[in-house]
Amino acid sequence: MVAKRIIPCLDVKDGQVVKGINFLGLKEVGDAVEMGRKYSEDGADELVYLDISATHEGRRTFVSLVERISSVINIPFTVGGGISSLSDAARLLDAGADKISINSAAIANPELIGEIASHYGSQFVVVAIDAKKLDGRWTATTHGGRVPTDRELFEWAREAQERGAGEILFTSMDHDGTKAGYPCDVYASLCDSLSIPVIASGGAGNIGHIADVLTLGKADAALAASIFHYNEIPIPVLKQELVGRGINVRL
Amino acid sequence: MIAIIDYNAGNIKSVANALERLGCSYTLTSDPEVIRKAEKVILPGVGAASEAMADLEAKGLIPVIRSLRQPVLGICVGLQVLCRDSEEGDVRCIGIFDSHVRRFQPSAEAKVPHMGWNAIGNCDSKLLKGIDGGSFVYFVHSYYPTLCPDTIATCRHGREMFSAALKYENFYGTQFHPEKSGSIGEHILRNFISL
Repeated sequence: MVAKRIIPCLDVKDGQVVKGINFLGLKEVGDAVEMGRKYSEDGADELVYLDISATHEGRRTFVSLVERISSVINIPFTVGGGISSLSDAARLLDAGADKISINSAAIANPELIGEIASHYGSQFVVVAIDAKKLDGRWTATTHGGRVPTDRELFEWAREAQERGAGEILFTSMDHDGTKAGYPCDVYASLCDSLSIPVIASGGAGNIGHIADVLTLGKADAALAASIFHYNEIPIPVLKQELVGRGINVRL
Repeated sequence: MIAIIDYNAGNIKSVANALERLGCSYTLTSDPEVIRKAEKVILPGVGAASEAMADLEAKGLIPVIRSLRQPVLGICVGLQVLCRDSEEGDVRCIGIFDSHVRRFQPSAEAKVPHMGWNAIGNCDSKLLKGIDGGSFVYFVHSYYPTLCPDTIATCRHGREMFSAALKYENFYGTQFHPEKSGSIGEHILRNFISL
């Protein structure tokens, strides 16, 4: 059976990994390629790089960074942030990205999903959904959870799948950053309602949370940032522990 | 020199980068003469088998590929076009491997695409020398090559057992991506380079 995946996520601004990074001698701002290499040596199954540059210059730097990542890293990696057209996606594919992740651009223009998938295949398109519960309804949001949309999580995920998405990356904005665990029941319903893989993101504070979302939550992969960056949970320790709990992961 | 066949097959850069990391010289080409004279040939591929066949046909490369006597490695859709036929676009393929390419049926335990790391078994070939059964490699595909006498490694997704790798005479194929399969993948590529 296909193994459950562990995916560190790196936020990149102007070519550098940002968010306080503090492991193995890397400083507050880390080198994106070196961190990726270290994670891949530690047993990460994939990497996600999100470009949070707001400037045109920053975006250009990101494309050349993707080229460097692709020449060094020997596991798959996804890139996201600021992709709003087929040509943006094409530039990143040409630079060597294995997948792209689209979020608010897909909500603004759902046809973009099918456009990219028909050119480069569904496996290339990850649709990221940031949702929170508003009046009892899981609502997709943009702008880091601040702006609600008229999209409901389950309907939107289903539509994204039908339009050609190869994976759904769902972050609960109610749990992101809390380190209190994932909403496993919501993940389980989402996974049951889709035929494509689901990546869980946001909320992990300990190994038990990750184990839960991969079992009770039925998620195919778990993505996290700070618990890996701060080395709170080293990936080899996490994976050994998951194996000990009977979860199929790659060692 | 390894010729990587360039035929609009998507991300061929990862294959080139992987060879570069191994210090192996290569060229990206669709020139029949260069391909025929290469020591080894890699046929990469992502996307749909029918489109890959159409692109290879448009470049006049199908008879060239058939005529090759040096080691050839098809990767992913590059393997699928070397099979007999594919359900993807219902297309007749080059027919080197005695395998048919079928679509996975999604189920609760087997999502489609089959995406991620899965274990291979029954490894039996010089290409997979030193690779233990149970080793994890990276797959991304919705269609799979059936088991056949050319199968040199197997994999299971849900209820389906399929060919993870195939070999017929000088032709080899991996349904997984060795260029994305970490150190195991590098080991397999090194085996191919030293065939």
